[in-house]
Amino acid sequence: MASKPRTLYEKIWDAHVVETREDGTSLIYIDRHLVHEVTSPQAFEALRLAGRPVRRPELTLAVPDHNLPTTARRDANGGKIPIADPQSRAQLEALEKNAPEFGIRYIGDADDAQGIVHVVGPEQGFSLPGTTIVCGDSHTASHGGLGALAFGIGTSEVEHVLATQTLLLQKSKTMELRIEGELSAGITAKDLILHIIGRIGAAGGSGHVIEYRGQVFEQMSVEQRLTVCNMSIEAGARAGLIAADDVVFDYLKGRPMAPKGADWDEAVQYWRSLVSDPGAEFDKSVVINASDVEPTVSWGTSPEDVIAIGGTVPSPESFADKDKQEAARKSLDYMGLTPGTAMSDIPVENIFIGSCTNSRIEDLRAAAEVLNGRRKADNVKWAIVVPGSGLVKRQAEEEGLDHIFAEAGFEWREPGCSACLGMNPDKVPAGERCASTSNRNFVGRQGPGARTHLLSPAMAAAAAVTGRLTDVRTLK
Amino acid sequence: MDAIRRVAGQAIPFGAKNIDTDIIIPAKWLKTITREGLGAGAFESIREIEGNVFDDPAYAGSQILIAGDNFGCGSSREHAAWALLDLGIRAVLAPSYSDIFSGNAVKNGILPIVLPQAAIDRLLEVARAGEPIDIDLETQTVTTPFQDRFAFDIDPFRKHCLMNGLDEVALTLERKDAIQSYENQRASAQSWLTQGTEIHA
Repeated sequence: MASKPRTLYEKIWDAHVVETREDGTSLIYIDRHLVHEVTSPQAFEALRLAGRPVRRPELTLAVPDHNLPTTARRDANGGKIPIADPQSRAQLEALEKNAPEFGIRYIGDADDAQGIVHVVGPEQGFSLPGTTIVCGDSHTASHGGLGALAFGIGTSEVEHVLATQTLLLQKSKTMELRIEGELSAGITAKDLILHIIGRIGAAGGSGHVIEYRGQVFEQMSVEQRLTVCNMSIEAGARAGLIAADDVVFDYLKGRPMAPKGADWDEAVQYWRSLVSDPGAEFDKSVVINASDVEPTVSWGTSPEDVIAIGGTVPSPESFADKDKQEAARKSLDYMGLTPGTAMSDIPVENIFIGSCTNSRIEDLRAAAEVLNGRRKADNVKWAIVVPGSGLVKRQAEEEGLDHIFAEAGFEWREPGCSACLGMNPDKVPAGERCASTSNRNFVGRQGPGARTHLLSPAMAAAAAVTGRLTDVRTLK
Repeated sequence: MDAIRRVAGQAIPFGAKNIDTDIIIPAKWLKTITREGLGAGAFESIREIEGNVFDDPAYAGSQILIAGDNFGCGSSREHAAWALLDLGIRAVLAPSYSDIFSGNAVKNGILPIVLPQAAIDRLLEVARAGEPIDIDLETQTVTTPFQDRFAFDIDPFRKHCLMNGLDEVALTLERKDAIQSYENQRASAQSWLTQGTEIHA
């Protein structure tokens, strides 16, 4: 008898059930755990107080990223430069102490392989298709781009995973997000995911795991898929995933922590079975036409507040919902924007190219292509590029991208989360705007009073050149 | 974690929608290696506004927060739950929460109650009038002195943990044989999954 057709999510879920309780919660095995300095100190401290060891230290990888300064980490003699901020330094030192004490592999702040956890995991081949991946960071959803079930957890759950290698979870509902047709020329993965969030809303995916489907995704590189899945959480979904295919296998093959030899062949054979079966039912299905997607930018303080670059700042009255009208009024007030203003007339003083959403080599290439032979406008006071990892940085330097950025007036920095959340010294001044390739335009996210406009790397580069939000296609 | 059975008294009538965890506790407060003292940074940007509910003496000492749709969206930071706890909050009432936030709340002994918007609107009215709200976890009901009575659903396991102040890690460690047997089966069928951070030539 044929079994009931299952979705990709259900297949990964079923393969990780240790046991299911009477009340419907399941103990789910966690294959891969990423740890950084900000959400782990209290978890390690709790283990220490209870005298509990880490159950499977080889399944956890620790990398500092959130509050490292992006200025030089070594002096001229190769000595480590300590972090000036005492609290940030204490968090880094806690991780430097906790990882070896509990037997966990640690990639240090001055190591070439260091970077944003969500860049490092795929890059090292630690993140694999069909695995369960967690991290005390909501953008863990990124790894869904490899066909993994990946989601963010809180610090108590970090402790739970360290101690038991499992989590107690309720099964999520499933949402199919099908994109019909092909993207127009010059439209990127970032434009697509911003457009999607605008369509389904910041809470549109709540309680669901999204599976992105359609030929658009099959045609995307792994890095583009990581960008799409990264922002699933901005649509309220805890996880988003795209079935793995040869593009993913080619990307992973030979990476340091990926399986090798016969293990590799066996793994690929298994991974090929991880696709939603024909006839599998989703709890919810949304269809979006690829041809509707324009270069997209945000105007407000929620990632659902997005519009095509050719549009104008919306008026609060244009929203049907009373609460949304009120929220839009507050957003526009915070953003200092007047309804009816053309998006392409909005000046920007700061440019940030980086974050777990858009700091991989293809992102840097896309920005450099726009900036090549050009220079930032005079009204742009601060423009920085923060590569996602030391390896991305090295690759970019080998390709000469650092020179293109420098000649365009950008600062070329060390890897980390940086101005995405402003925990380190990289902050946007109050009242100023930032064209940012990051993932959140929340109030105060990039610094108190900072005004964020989310967009793609190519669009950020275009904004740097003209000094205002700009349709990158008009520059070419 | 402290057990929780009943929370009663004045509630803070907040009600705003899509309140993200960056608003509950901004990033600069995350540079701590303990769980304590985060109340000082809770809702910082809102507390800069004169007349905000969090500094209104009428609501001082409240253990109940009435919030809006999608409360706790955004970052996974558990500091948001620690900040609420440090403010003295033991129960939140809202039409919906982000999945990560509601999990974090429960693990810290905060009861996240889901009620329809109409019920939330009514409770906001009651709180603004300075009247108390009574939450009984045992019977899963929220009542007011005006005969309002709202029943709420809660996952039975979460209810059990909250009512008894249970440590989830300790509960799961009791299942270590089941975990071991899962791992054994994994190690023989798909050994490449167990290699983790090992670097292979």
